[in-house]
Amino acid sequence: MSGSLFRPLKALGTLFEAPITLPMAPRPAAERYRGFHLNDHNKCIGCGTCSRICDNAAIRMVHDPELRADPVKGIRAERPAIDYGRCCWCALCVDACPTGSLSLSREYIHISENLDTFFFVPDEQGMHGFGFEHGWDKGDDNDLLAHQRQPMAEVGTEERLGDMREIVLGFDPQAALVEASRCIQCGLCHDACPTHMHAPEYIRAVWEGDFDEAVRQIYRTMPFGSVCGRVCTHRCESACSLHHRGDPIAIRWLKRYALDQLSPERVGQIASEGRTREKSGRRIAIIGSGPAGLTTAYDLAREGHTVVVYEAQTEPGGMMRYGIPEYRLPRDKLDQDIDIIRAQGVEIRTGIRVGEQVTLEGLATEYDAVVVAIGLHQGRSTRIPGSDHPAVMRAVDLLRTVWSGADFEVPRSATVIGGGNVAMDAARTLARLQRRCFGEVQVHLCALEAEEGMLADREEIHEAREEGIRINPSRGPRRCMVEEGQLTGLETVACLSIFDDTGRFHPRYDEEDARTHPAELIVEAVGQMADIALLPKSIVEQLEWERGRLKVDNDGATALPWLWAAGDMVEGPDVVHAVAAGHRVASSIHRSLQNNRGLTT
Amino acid sequence: MHPDHYRHTELPPSTEYELYFGPNHPGIEGNYALKARLAGDTVVALEADGGYLHRGFEKLMEQRLWIQNIALVPRICVPDPVPMEETYARAVETLGGLEVPERAQWLRMLVLEMSRLTAHLFYFGGHAATVGLYTNMFWGVSDRDRLLDCFEQLTGARVYHMYITPGGVRRDTPPGFLDSLSEVLDYVEGRLPKFDDLFFDNAVLVRRATGTGTMDQAFAIDYGVTGPNLRATGLAHDLRRDYPYLKYAEVEFDVITETAGDAYARTLVRRGEVIESLRILRQVIDKLRSVPGPIRCPLPNPLAWRIPAGDAYTRTESSKGELAYYIVSDGSAKPWRVHVRGPSQMHAVQTLEALCVGARIEDVAQIMFSLDACPPEVDR
Repeated sequence: MSGSLFRPLKALGTLFEAPITLPMAPRPAAERYRGFHLNDHNKCIGCGTCSRICDNAAIRMVHDPELRADPVKGIRAERPAIDYGRCCWCALCVDACPTGSLSLSREYIHISENLDTFFFVPDEQGMHGFGFEHGWDKGDDNDLLAHQRQPMAEVGTEERLGDMREIVLGFDPQAALVEASRCIQCGLCHDACPTHMHAPEYIRAVWEGDFDEAVRQIYRTMPFGSVCGRVCTHRCESACSLHHRGDPIAIRWLKRYALDQLSPERVGQIASEGRTREKSGRRIAIIGSGPAGLTTAYDLAREGHTVVVYEAQTEPGGMMRYGIPEYRLPRDKLDQDIDIIRAQGVEIRTGIRVGEQVTLEGLATEYDAVVVAIGLHQGRSTRIPGSDHPAVMRAVDLLRTVWSGADFEVPRSATVIGGGNVAMDAARTLARLQRRCFGEVQVHLCALEAEEGMLADREEIHEAREEGIRINPSRGPRRCMVEEGQLTGLETVACLSIFDDTGRFHPRYDEEDARTHPAELIVEAVGQMADIALLPKSIVEQLEWERGRLKVDNDGATALPWLWAAGDMVEGPDVVHAVAAGHRVASSIHRSLQNNRGLTT
Repeated sequence: MHPDHYRHTELPPSTEYELYFGPNHPGIEGNYALKARLAGDTVVALEADGGYLHRGFEKLMEQRLWIQNIALVPRICVPDPVPMEETYARAVETLGGLEVPERAQWLRMLVLEMSRLTAHLFYFGGHAATVGLYTNMFWGVSDRDRLLDCFEQLTGARVYHMYITPGGVRRDTPPGFLDSLSEVLDYVEGRLPKFDDLFFDNAVLVRRATGTGTMDQAFAIDYGVTGPNLRATGLAHDLRRDYPYLKYAEVEFDVITETAGDAYARTLVRRGEVIESLRILRQVIDKLRSVPGPIRCPLPNPLAWRIPAGDAYTRTESSKGELAYYIVSDGSAKPWRVHVRGPSQMHAVQTLEALCVGARIEDVAQIMFSLDACPPEVDR
């Protein structure tokens, strides 16, 4: 075999063909080209997932002073900056971006002697503002994140109406693992949480199966983990970066899951880690054993102070015990949290009402500092005609009566006034009692707001309907109907609007559209206030008030040097806010005692 | 003045000298170095040194999350990056028990064969250049570019596609892609007669490549030679046929062999494989028109992704030969150890060193190219 000397000359024929050299003008890139980055700053939340998935450490989150951070909405004032000395254009950042703000463009030429130009914060304009089109961006096929939440098993409507059993069953191990694996550890939940729980850390620990570590992370900021794992208003989940394109992580349920995995004894051991054994010799009195009071007590006792909590009811827990229905928060779980707080050395004296058995002045002389954390246990009234009838109750009173186990005559028919979560609690509790006594449910709920505007959680409304409660939105209460001394029903009229043009509460009604709701019992759930009867007049006058609320500084300190206030009475009803306030007050008291502030003069 | 213990030694006169060939030699692939011992212009001994291109891939992979490595692995072999992605992904899938959806398997075969085509076209150009046929080099590179355009459409990148991810592939085909790819395949097929005229039947190539770098089958097996180089010695060994992975069992193709075992035979095997790749690709395109998605199995969040402890060995028939990954996982988010069996290690070190002995200095580059050795594979 020798090959041909002449056939290669055929290639000379290409001299007469058009050249296939690339043109001088930049060649347009393909539709999904992976060129320089684009970032829609309106969509970007600064979560930093791109910088964590980047395999070359080419992305750094930089603070942008022109942006405003909004922790509650889950937005940081940070945006990714790309180092094109490191970037390899793999586009994992795009695939992992939870909002879909980041994409790559079809622009691929950048020449500069200035090395600084290779580090840049991308926006929608592209690297040189030439307006190149999007290349590789977030499609349906290249999303790396799991957007679907694991379904939560619940007790069926029929079964749950029969008694007060907990509705939510909690995750099974497989579901918890999958749910925890979805977390991208951005930490927006941590920023949004009032008490800044270390949610990314405990979710990661759940994923790793290290429940000791998960509980340890929870107890860094939260002595009511079992409670908040059930009834928290979960601001973390509204801020979760995954909610932009799917379901947020079920952070609340994972917290509950982690705590449920360990025995109460083990949780207690972990919670007691790092506690100071030395006694400081200082004494603090706390009035009220709700989440705020007990969190303050927990923190201070761990610092070695002697803490005594005064509780007017027969058992500690405040609203958690006497407000939140048992079907949302089983009492043994509440007891577990409180037992651990007690184990830190907190003494809880129940059945002692300050102002009766002991006085505030007495506490002030006996203790170095006093905390008022009495919550909002006095219901407001609609003050409509007939509302002074004995069968018209405030929701807080109803719930306290039921959950304290006191005698209560279950009405055959009841109507609840109000559209918030407390109204739902009252209505759903009554429904359960009626079902048990009479086998059927006859509860009406009349809210002033239209359905979209109702303050209750959507799932509360949904579940209440499932349980047979008739929800009547846009109904304003007119009068309680009394016949021969007996309450027979509630008359309502249609509510056209709630607020006037200036945004003040000023409902307008259509008097023609009147309706009657049968009711042997009417429950008013239109707000609560603090019962400040325990405060003597002399002290009330020394304190500062704002629209009926006690005014405190950021640390919960009042105008009196020995008195602090925390919880619902300061911030409005919410467990996790109360816990956060408890921490602030405790650290403020601890600092003051170290600086010798307080009563020891 | 000499120190006291200095002893003058007389060395016998030598006709041999040492020549450094690379790392910056225009006739050698990548930053590869050869130290040749020559007598006149005949090679007496040759020593290969791949260390100039050491980038620590295997060690780097231990520092990166399972998914992050998809951006790293293709870099181990520039001319033929896709088998790297596929073999890595398959090892991870074996360890993690992931099942690749059918469409993704066909898509993987598509890019694998496209990659083989680009690598062989690149090879034609490279081999031609070592015997002075530079026109053919331009042809090979410019035809390869048309396939790179197809890669760009499908994967968004031309050379490092980072397209295959454990569990499947990253994107589905864009609209019209299969048609434009078919056009390019027809074009490449139409170009083969012209390559024959200019290159395969060219007296310059035939005379210089015939009998150059010859090995027999026993030698090839002893030295761990695989792929087209092995098939050029007459052994029909091809992982795609003998140990089929993906959907290779469902497509028709022939295993090309030659018997001479020299540089020319190796080139002819690759020419035949271009035709077989075109055959496979057309069957894959037909399948892709009908097989529905998905293109990836559900994956956990990449940041929290753990792979169960264990080890896996996977291998692929790359354009260079048998490419394999051995991955050990300790159950964490990153590989504990990754070992890459680059086929070029056997080709560019032991085999090259042996074949060059007795060759003339001007054939060293040709022998290396005819083995299609890819230096970055040698020292990972």
